[in-house]
Amino acid sequence: MQLKTRKFINKLFSGIGITSVVIMTAFLLILLTPITYKGLGAIFFSGTIEYRMLNYKEFGHGDKENIEKEFAKAKTARAPVYLQFDSFKKEVKKLEPKKRREIKNQLKEIKEALKELLGPFPDTPIPVLLRNQYGQTRWKNAQEKLHHVLYSEEWDYSDPTKPGIQVFVPRKKYFAGTSFESFFPYLEKNIKKMLLPKFTCYWQFLTDKSKDAHFFGGIMPEILGTIYLALGAMIFAVPLGILAAIYLSEYANPGKIISFLRICMGALAGVPSIVFGLFGLAFFINTIHVSNSKSVLAGSMTLALLILPTVIRSAEEAIKAVPNTYREASLGLGAGKWHSVWTIVLPSALPGILTGTIISLGRAAGETAPIIFTAAVSVGLPLKIWETLSQPTPALSWNIYNLCTEHEAVDEIRHVQYGMVFVLIAIVLLFNLTAIIARARIMKKLRG
Amino acid sequence: MPDTNLIIEEKDAHIKAEDFSVFYGNNEAVKKVNMRIPKGKVTAIIGPSGCGKSTYLRAINRMNDLIPICRADGAMMFDKQDIYASNIDVVSLRQRVGMVFQKPNPFPKSIFDNVAYGPRLLGIKKKAELSEIVEHSLKKSAIWDEVKDRLKENALCMSGGQQQRLCIARALAVQPEILLMDEPTSALDPKATTKIEDLIGELCGDYTIIIVTHNMQQAARVSDFTAFMYEGILIEFGITKNLFEKPREKQTEDYITGRFG
Repeated sequence: MQLKTRKFINKLFSGIGITSVVIMTAFLLILLTPITYKGLGAIFFSGTIEYRMLNYKEFGHGDKENIEKEFAKAKTARAPVYLQFDSFKKEVKKLEPKKRREIKNQLKEIKEALKELLGPFPDTPIPVLLRNQYGQTRWKNAQEKLHHVLYSEEWDYSDPTKPGIQVFVPRKKYFAGTSFESFFPYLEKNIKKMLLPKFTCYWQFLTDKSKDAHFFGGIMPEILGTIYLALGAMIFAVPLGILAAIYLSEYANPGKIISFLRICMGALAGVPSIVFGLFGLAFFINTIHVSNSKSVLAGSMTLALLILPTVIRSAEEAIKAVPNTYREASLGLGAGKWHSVWTIVLPSALPGILTGTIISLGRAAGETAPIIFTAAVSVGLPLKIWETLSQPTPALSWNIYNLCTEHEAVDEIRHVQYGMVFVLIAIVLLFNLTAIIARARIMKKLRG
Repeated sequence: MPDTNLIIEEKDAHIKAEDFSVFYGNNEAVKKVNMRIPKGKVTAIIGPSGCGKSTYLRAINRMNDLIPICRADGAMMFDKQDIYASNIDVVSLRQRVGMVFQKPNPFPKSIFDNVAYGPRLLGIKKKAELSEIVEHSLKKSAIWDEVKDRLKENALCMSGGQQQRLCIARALAVQPEILLMDEPTSALDPKATTKIEDLIGELCGDYTIIIVTHNMQQAARVSDFTAFMYEGILIEFGITKNLFEKPREKQTEDYITGRFG
């Protein structure tokens, strides 16, 4: 081949390589940037006085005196709104029937929207659900609700050839000429005084349990559940996996049985995770009854089964990579086989084993399907360590899915969903970082 | 016909091979060797690549056991016991017969821990006792002065020659009777080689040393007795000087004069 062609091919290949790395990085950034930005929105946001009140009453965060002072201020600002409502009710009766019906409907809608915006009307019984006891806690959501109060959503069917178009009609229009007309500009102008939005750092998002199905509060039970499940899976999978790897690489005589076992292991690694979940339910819970129902224990065992092939494979590769001369030297000094594996081979293989283990740990933390049947519930309290033997737990992976699809108000808790995704990624990265540091330190110790 | 290779009297022999063969599967790598290795002397085994000299050496402390398809036949007597007998404890045999390998292979541990590995195996736990053994072994292998201030450092930081002497110290720390050396200088530069050779000279007398080497000058320099093997057969065994100056066999002469191999 010509020198020119060779050089060209080399350049071409390195060019393709760089391009693929750049594309990968770009995708990663495209993925991570919004997740980080929106996820952090669960912790850093503009919170209203309703938020501060709720946070004080339900979780005991914040300074009571300050909050009560603020709340009193907000109440004063809100008073005219309710006053206007009451006085207009008398006025409505005097209107002609057709107009009255129309306005009554509007009033009803306004009342509902206002309840959502500012909380229940004064002097009414306290609603049962926590979400109805408070107004909007986040300024961003409050602005949306304000829009609901000010505008009514209508459909424009004027062009019969096209589907209806959504239009927002100012409600003010319906009240033209009445005393209620001034209600709208007043609300719009003074909404900040009524809700007192303030920049908030709600770091307790990570340590609070949730209230009223994730409408309020944090994701502590989910974080704890995820960590329990991942570490639990490690407890079962790592010792078992390392022992199996030692046996396969150091003790077993290569033969038909061993190659058959290897094929089985490869197949096990390829089994869909949902099948593992079903197996976990059928075997761990229904057959050998490790717990009466779903539990962290059963979930951990199922996850352990799922990651076992990876752990074994990586540990085996790491053990095989230990130079044979180490074994010879150790055996030559009169060490028994087990002793030389334990004191020389395993420590040398540790960095490699650690890498495989941590990759599996990340996988165990993120897996959803196996725990649906064996461990996960949508809402729950943070578990004590001994409760993991018998109790199910909420977990990040499952609750991300659950809150995004099956929650009754998916739109209102976007921040919780993003917060969970962000925290899950952070946990996995944190696991990885720990492993990288540990690995580097061990390597340094080994290499000198 | 009396075997001309049995020039050592039975009472002086430390290791005695009697019709000793090693097989890799069906391939006979060492063929019915009869050899008596004298106590407290340096014996060199020379021969072209693949002649079975390393296999023979490794058979003396049963390192060949690690290869599944490898089996031995005949008898290898060590202090009147066949080391291939079923009642032999391989672990204690290997403690009595130390080995130094072709490539320096210190453990990825500190210099101290490397030397203390063997004694710890024997159950010595006291720090003072261990330190004493480590110092003694390092002094014996002529490396103490170079490493006495950095015993805590990783052994892999040392140069190749130092590593090999450390491996010798590690082998000496369990107080073996025999030291097997499998081409101990083939991975080292001439300067480090000289040091190892000097060390062998100092160690002989206290230990029975058997060294396999490719380098005939080295065999001539360091050994008292030399064995020449070819295609698994022990061709000639004799006093080093005699073997190199007046070889009995034609094949030996051809090899040492460089006509083949």
